[in-house]
Amino acid sequence: MGKTLFDKIWDKHVVEKIPDGPSVLYIDKHFIHEVTSPQAFKGIEQRGVELFRPKQTVATADHNVPTINQHLPIRDELSRIQVEQLINNCSRHGVELYGLGHPYQGIVHVIGPELGITQPGMTIVCGDSHTSTHGAFGAIAFGIGTSEVEMVFASQCVLQTKPKTMRINIEGALQKGVVSKDIILYIIAKISASGATGFFVEYAGSTIRSLSMEARMTICNMSIEMGARGGMIAPDETTFQYVKGRAFAPKGAAWDKKLAEWQELYSDADAVFDAEINIDAAAIHPMITYGTNPGLGIAVNGHIPVLDDIYDEGEKKNIEKALQYMGLKSGASLIGMPVQHVFIGSCTNSRIEDLREIAELVKGRKKSDTVKVMIVPGSQQVAKQVHAEGLDRIFAEAGFQIRQAGCSACLGMNEDKIPAGEYCISTSNRNFEGRQGAGARTLLASPLTAAAAAITGVVTDIRELI
Amino acid sequence: MKALQKIQSCFVPLPMENIDTDQIIPARFLKATTRDGFGKNLFRDWRYENNDEAKPKADFALNNSIYGGEILVAGKNFGCGSSREHAAWALQDYGFNAVISSFFADIFKNNALNNGVLPVTVSEPFLQKIFEQGNEATLSIDVEKQTITIDATGEQEPFELNPYKKTCLLNGYDDIDFLLSRRAAITTFEKESA
Repeated sequence: MGKTLFDKIWDKHVVEKIPDGPSVLYIDKHFIHEVTSPQAFKGIEQRGVELFRPKQTVATADHNVPTINQHLPIRDELSRIQVEQLINNCSRHGVELYGLGHPYQGIVHVIGPELGITQPGMTIVCGDSHTSTHGAFGAIAFGIGTSEVEMVFASQCVLQTKPKTMRINIEGALQKGVVSKDIILYIIAKISASGATGFFVEYAGSTIRSLSMEARMTICNMSIEMGARGGMIAPDETTFQYVKGRAFAPKGAAWDKKLAEWQELYSDADAVFDAEINIDAAAIHPMITYGTNPGLGIAVNGHIPVLDDIYDEGEKKNIEKALQYMGLKSGASLIGMPVQHVFIGSCTNSRIEDLREIAELVKGRKKSDTVKVMIVPGSQQVAKQVHAEGLDRIFAEAGFQIRQAGCSACLGMNEDKIPAGEYCISTSNRNFEGRQGAGARTLLASPLTAAAAAITGVVTDIRELI
Repeated sequence: MKALQKIQSCFVPLPMENIDTDQIIPARFLKATTRDGFGKNLFRDWRYENNDEAKPKADFALNNSIYGGEILVAGKNFGCGSSREHAAWALQDYGFNAVISSFFADIFKNNALNNGVLPVTVSEPFLQKIFEQGNEATLSIDVEKQTITIDATGEQEPFELNPYKKTCLLNGYDDIDFLLSRRAAITTFEKESA
């Protein structure tokens, strides 16, 4: 029987299988950031051991950093201490840090790919659930807890039970105005926020093959939002072209050798998955969420489910509670509903392609007076590119504020928060209660749908603007 | 990690589904650099009105003095969302040593086990039976036998637990000590796969 892409990479990284237990899985690349690493450094120091392979860990500061005046000391004391600890820990243990002010600084899941650190066939972990992003390159990449960060420090391995495999096939051409964010929001709405728990997902099919690397990253990024351990896409010419020439990509003969290995990374024709789902791309509309988990999404021109039509009591209670928090009504349409904030950023949608797409839409247009619009580029490199291409002028003319790189209002750890009770169309990945600030109401959507709302001030079907 | 063999205790019911780790411990409390003290902010925004400790929300189970004990019982897909281990630390610091649900998110389950907080997966009907018990009802969890029992009725269900993890829990063993002991084998693996 053939092997899945997942199995091929997994099998090559198993150091040993504990009888009746998990496998000792070797990790090629480990990303860390300021929030989930301090306790792991402390743990390793208390044990009196050195980091086993410090050169395979790369650090950045992203979750907790301000997105304005990054050259000044961080004003929030706790945030400052956390970022300073990262600097000290990295220097003490010989870990490369792309901290504030470094040209490579940015959201960990943006910088790994853009620097060519993320490569096909790797195992990649980070103390962050959106590590699944790197799976877009045909890597096994998943989020871990801080105890597991400490495991990687201690041994360059984690203990993992092999997950089941699921393949999601998406075939056909996308409708106008539908982008990769809509595909993943559609899938999560279809299978629910727990629909892939216990699985590692491979996305396949002609629709996926036609997508850019940035678009593929958006899809893999949100795999965790349906519970999946991770998501991945077999590498192809698009992948190789993206990686080639990047700062840490292999060069010369090393490139040729790696490329030959990477070309073998696909699921064999007779590979069997534990679950398989087929999706028709033409059925996907621009999506938006109305509830408090990413599975509560609808086509932007659709309607919120009618509570009385929901048979499952648990599900009904969930949606009822979500609608109460969101201040929305059963059966209602969202089109035309005013929003006060638009947040464009996060590891899901803050890459140069996202910003180009938005710039094209907003060029020559102005934002609505009733909306505050914040663009937070995913990295210093993205910000530099925005400037080089003159997109910053388009955004400035439209009244969009451009800030500096970081996770920002995706999780509201720094001062970028949405006030209680107000609505924010966000290109991020989570609409949980209080995610963007206590009481904030988040509507997840694509960069295009978010930009459309920025222009009109209300939830808008992007297809009417293009 | 401390050993965990048996728990017999009352429980706190949270009959809600999809409780995510942002609710368990909101992001603004993740600025700490130690593992301690997260319990006071457990379910912070569900516990207090406008983040004000003087205004506990009366309808939230943690604020209801009739409930207590070291077991939390919650609806399906508990611990979804962010990988923050702070969620497990907050539950433990508050005093919970086990969480019962009909379904757990993967990363949370690992994080909990790595801290000696036992995630017990029960069937949906059994979960509903637990929710139907009164506030004085106790549950018994036996790690060795892998059973959970509603003491008043004697109803019992077995639960799954990876044998390796079970040994760790019963003895308080630590994954990191184990992995440190494997460094030579890992070095050999690196050489062979280079």
